[in-house]
Amino acid sequence: MTSTSDRSSTCPEQLIEQLYRAEWGRLSALLVARTRRLDLAEEALGEAFARAAARWPAQGIPANPAAWLYTAAHRYVVGRLRAEAIAGRKAPLLAAGARWSPPDGPAEALTEELPDDRLHLILLCCHPALPSESRSALALRLVIGTPTEQIARLFLVPTPTMAARLTRAKRKIVLAGIPIDSPIGDELRARLDEVCRTIYLAFTAGYTPGTGADLVRTDLAGDAVRLAALVHHLVPEAPQVRAMLTLLVLQHSRRDARQHDGHLVTLAEQDRALWHEDEIRAGLALVAGLAPGEGYAEELRLQALIAAEHARAATAQATDWSAIADHYAVLEAHTGSPVVRLNRAVAVAEVDGPLAALDVLAGLDAALPHSHRLAAVRADLAARAGDIELARTSYRAAIEHCTNDVERAHLTDRLAALA
Amino acid sequence: MKYFVLLANDGEMTPWTEMTPEEQEASMAKHGAFDEACAARPGVEIVGGEALGDGSMATTLRTRGGEMTVTDGPFAEAAEQIGGYYVIDAPDLDTVIDLCRVLPAYDIDIRPVIDMS
Repeated sequence: MTSTSDRSSTCPEQLIEQLYRAEWGRLSALLVARTRRLDLAEEALGEAFARAAARWPAQGIPANPAAWLYTAAHRYVVGRLRAEAIAGRKAPLLAAGARWSPPDGPAEALTEELPDDRLHLILLCCHPALPSESRSALALRLVIGTPTEQIARLFLVPTPTMAARLTRAKRKIVLAGIPIDSPIGDELRARLDEVCRTIYLAFTAGYTPGTGADLVRTDLAGDAVRLAALVHHLVPEAPQVRAMLTLLVLQHSRRDARQHDGHLVTLAEQDRALWHEDEIRAGLALVAGLAPGEGYAEELRLQALIAAEHARAATAQATDWSAIADHYAVLEAHTGSPVVRLNRAVAVAEVDGPLAALDVLAGLDAALPHSHRLAAVRADLAARAGDIELARTSYRAAIEHCTNDVERAHLTDRLAALA
Repeated sequence: MKYFVLLANDGEMTPWTEMTPEEQEASMAKHGAFDEACAARPGVEIVGGEALGDGSMATTLRTRGGEMTVTDGPFAEAAEQIGGYYVIDAPDLDTVIDLCRVLPAYDIDIRPVIDMS
């Protein structure tokens, strides 16, 4: 909650922006829990913030701004329910109406700290019965308050497509009877892996190259980092969540160095002065608290250790590639993933040279038959090893399989640059 | 809420007719355990449920251009494997998912029953 002390020195516009970032998730979770109207919750909250923006500058900031916003949003929902009742319509498909009851007592009584239902809301958004591409979007919309058109931008789809996806997911929650407020027991905690995967999907979407000014969407990847930080705050003891947050903080600290003049900049070529040092320090402090574990938590921990090695290196030349190759070897043994082996090859190239790395790639084609990345890595390694013919055929294969326009243009440049 | 739980003899599940008597007995025991688990859970009731003849016994009706045809079934390849169903009254989806854990290893589709009244 925003403390009273820093409010006196804040203008209403700034405070509203702060509240949007700090309180959206809590208010949204509370509205969903109390009104059971997933469809109306975000609309009502948007309306409440708009009313605050219209009134607070003239009337002054209320004593408890978060409670004021909740009350305004709640009234909006009640008004809509009343209108529906008067119109004599049967509750629309989106209503979990059978279990809705009017709030107990006047909402003005909400002067104390609002209860925190955000973990319920996060678990709801990440329910395994929802399509995975909807989970990330729903979590960003309901928990962080990311506007629908921004989520569409993040996932590189048109806004109406994303709006329809969100509506379908909310409908499924209501119609399939996915519970909104199950008690948080072991079973729900077991779903934290799914929560982490959902957050990671949103984060990586931010770094999937788009076109023009939207080459990377670091602001929205930042929303995924905020989501990870929130889950870590709510369940600090969960190892996979801590590892996920560590990984994201470290990767995200490099955001400003990842593009230059509309081009992606590789890790080796990045201007490390643009890395956010405070975030790297925070990430490295989190790394220190990661203990070896199992399952997805261990996978994330090893990835975080690799990210930490990069973050520690003052220059690309100072990178401890041997440590990174070792981490990848453990990660490969743990996951059996061909993608991890591909990444290990890149590290091995730095330690033992491109020929040793090409050996690591042997046999991967069967596991990754249409991977443009496998072909692109092989092409780079072949070029470094002086095998121009292999480099050329591999770049062509990579260009053929690449579905992203920006990356394809990059690969075409590399092919043309071959001697 | 009412849920329709469709059981398919797919994945790791052997069709009933190909099971040994011991396997059939073990399978029945799991359905018995499912009955008990449902009875023990507050707010849960099995409203209905049957074992079904396999796809070779299916008859498919299709109406095209107002004309109904009758053919050998089933209407979709996946429906070949359907072995039975339950209709369960339960408070929410998670309860149904949890209860289904005691059933044999069918591939299961859970659908909410839509109230048409």
